[in-house]
Amino acid sequence: MNPKDLGTTAPNTWCPGCGNFAILNAIKPVLADLDEEGLVPIEKVVLVSGIGCHAKIIDYVNANSFYTIHGRTIPVATGIKLANPDLTVICFAGDGDAYAEGLDHLIFAAKRNVDITAIIHDNRVYGLTTGQYTPTSPSGFVGRSTPEGLKVPPINPLEIVSASGGTFVARGYSHGIELLKEVFREAILHRGFSFVDVLQVCATFFNLYDYYNERVYTLEEHDPQDRARAEEKMKEWDYDSDGPVPLGIFYREEAPTFGDNFAKYNSKITDMDGRIRKTLESYI
Amino acid sequence: MDEFSVLVGGRAGDGINEAGMIIARLFNQLGYCLYQYLDYPSLIRGGHNFTIVRASGEKIGAHRDEVDFLLALNQETIDRHEWRLKETSVVIYDSDEVKSPVAGGFGLPLKTMAKEAGAPAIARNTGLIGAFSGAAGIEWEVLEEVLRKEIPQSIDENLEVARRGHDGIEGGGREMLKVERRSYPCCPVITGNELIGLGLLRGGLDAYVAYPMTPSSGVLHFLAKAADEFSIKVVHPENEIAVILMAQGFAYAGKRTALGTSGGGFCLMTEGMSLAGMAEMPLVVVVSMRAGPSTGVPTYTAQSDLHFVMNAGQGEFTRLVIAPGDTEQAFYWSATSLSLAWKYQIPAILLSDKTLSESAYSFNLVEARDIPEIRPVLADGEDDYRRYLRTDDGISPLAFPPMPGAVVKANGYAHLESGITTEDAGEVKAVQDKSLLKEKSLKKELDGLPAVKTYGSKGSSTALLCWGSNKGVCAEVGEKFGLRVVQPVVLNPFPTTKFEEALRDVERTISVETNSTGQLARLIRCYGFEADDLILKYDSRPFSVDDLEKKIEEVTR
Repeated sequence: MNPKDLGTTAPNTWCPGCGNFAILNAIKPVLADLDEEGLVPIEKVVLVSGIGCHAKIIDYVNANSFYTIHGRTIPVATGIKLANPDLTVICFAGDGDAYAEGLDHLIFAAKRNVDITAIIHDNRVYGLTTGQYTPTSPSGFVGRSTPEGLKVPPINPLEIVSASGGTFVARGYSHGIELLKEVFREAILHRGFSFVDVLQVCATFFNLYDYYNERVYTLEEHDPQDRARAEEKMKEWDYDSDGPVPLGIFYREEAPTFGDNFAKYNSKITDMDGRIRKTLESYI
Repeated sequence: MDEFSVLVGGRAGDGINEAGMIIARLFNQLGYCLYQYLDYPSLIRGGHNFTIVRASGEKIGAHRDEVDFLLALNQETIDRHEWRLKETSVVIYDSDEVKSPVAGGFGLPLKTMAKEAGAPAIARNTGLIGAFSGAAGIEWEVLEEVLRKEIPQSIDENLEVARRGHDGIEGGGREMLKVERRSYPCCPVITGNELIGLGLLRGGLDAYVAYPMTPSSGVLHFLAKAADEFSIKVVHPENEIAVILMAQGFAYAGKRTALGTSGGGFCLMTEGMSLAGMAEMPLVVVVSMRAGPSTGVPTYTAQSDLHFVMNAGQGEFTRLVIAPGDTEQAFYWSATSLSLAWKYQIPAILLSDKTLSESAYSFNLVEARDIPEIRPVLADGEDDYRRYLRTDDGISPLAFPPMPGAVVKANGYAHLESGITTEDAGEVKAVQDKSLLKEKSLKKELDGLPAVKTYGSKGSSTALLCWGSNKGVCAEVGEKFGLRVVQPVVLNPFPTTKFEEALRDVERTISVETNSTGQLARLIRCYGFEADDLILKYDSRPFSVDDLEKKIEEVTR
């Protein structure tokens, strides 16, 4: 399969320079390759999006999808995966989606280690609602709801996911498509909850290209199974101060997944009336 | 006597519900129809719990205020319920606990008896049941059989306590109320929640998703226990928002899914309702009402969320709202609502309340037969698949991934037939027209189903209107007073024609509801019907037969 086969007729409405293009251009070849290699047939892929600029990606990829609502990609994706463990489910969510409106779901996905992938388009600003702060906006951020500057520091989503039991924690950057492709592929193939925070630049409301270009570096000679080291690396940049910004796979671990518990419940009952009668008899 | 009412009371943790259930099973063996009302405050230990078991030779679905047997594990039970006693009533109590009993009552040292028999303290209620059986002339063999079936642990010790209670009373030397055998068929005595669960299973349920909330949790507990036997997936997620979204993930992947909650949890589900409307995700949402607003009275009853569930969620979309009134209807409509939700790809609400959900009833499977075969429309795998194909009846064929060649794109935005987002005026209108078309098709289908029921004297020109759990009390009182009783079971889309037929030649209507504003009366007004009088109860307790009789006498005087 050629990545071009994954295109649709929907006109792309992202702004010029939008970091979402990088995510789209990384995920299509990854899905095409996984299909080509027989690892993940494209008909078994389901994409789930929230609401915001990021979510339009669903319209631009010719694959099964569920365009849901703000903050709710993860519970929908979890339902799909539990319903049919054969499917490969990938969430695309914004930082407002995953870290504000739906933070509870993110924590529970990590805690359960449900076998889905969450790719967070973390542009650190609300774009579609024209420029308000998000949970990862730096302190002092001047937005339309905080004209005097944001008085509180951001959260570090990698640490939150890690503390909640996440078994695959990674960070990408929309200016670096090769690394994105590599991380996406590994995330999709990882069995368990895979979390990728993508520093995706909003060219219109919060253009951080220069800021990131000066600070990002790719983790090398890093053992993602070394939890202590992984946590150290996650702390290296707190989304607020000017520290170096590591990219890549911070942590990965094999662990039982939530779906495992349900594997036995996939058969259809043939003698329904008999079983109902039997159940009723215990109430006589 | 044709019927008996037995009240058992004590503290939470004394096994009051279980004691009531065993007494119900005893009457069941003797040919009675049962109704068991359960009254408990929102706490885990202590407080005052009581249950009233009513047994009759006829079909019943409500309790009476007066009782024939008052069985008291503590003083509070006597103090609170003395007003329910008749001249003929028999009072039996634990004399280790009750220090100022009613005159003529029978005291037995139940605590001491349990201790002497080496049974756990909770076996006090077994002693009480034994004493009740003795007083009611129920043979030891019948009691022993029921106890053996119902008591999972320390059965020999429990039997010993029961025996002491039974013999202790028989030696009382007073003429007692004798429970004669009747001929009502021996039926399962089971709660509405359990029947909703079984009905959903009958409808082909694959998954149940719920966050615990009284009084809906019984469905969750029942299905979690039945998961192995019926091969279904039961999930308890982080909150109600996750519940309704996760359920839509299941539905997208082709699994018949239901979810359950009460009013407060349903508040959190409203965005999910709206998504299900737009994305056309089939769901059955069990909403078991309790007294609100807000936390309200968590373990008590109300019918105050009808208009909430009718309107929950932004925008206009087709939904089915069904309020079963007894366990047979609960079973039938739980199964049928699942099929209808899947055929029309809509959210369906199954509206119960604490009374129906947690009371136990004699369930007659014969009355709940003939569940219609309603099948979903599935894609045939030919042509290019379009999830939202616009058809004459508004129903787009369903496909579930993985289906080679078919790309299944569900969308909560306005969408093209392909499932790709659109904001084009014409396309947006077409999406809405499709929803309206589905509603029309659904209405037609409902014409063939028992969407409105009538009871009582069908020729009467005065009709009691009721919905949900009040069906039981209204049918009984309507019969007694020679009134017609009309119960719309489907509340949306409203079965106007059937309702009109049910009310033919009626001159006066009285709406009986467990809320303060008359929500059914308000609903039917939208369709050109008037309720001339309202009988409303909003103290969070259900109507007793006596309550309703009094109110009807007042209104019709």
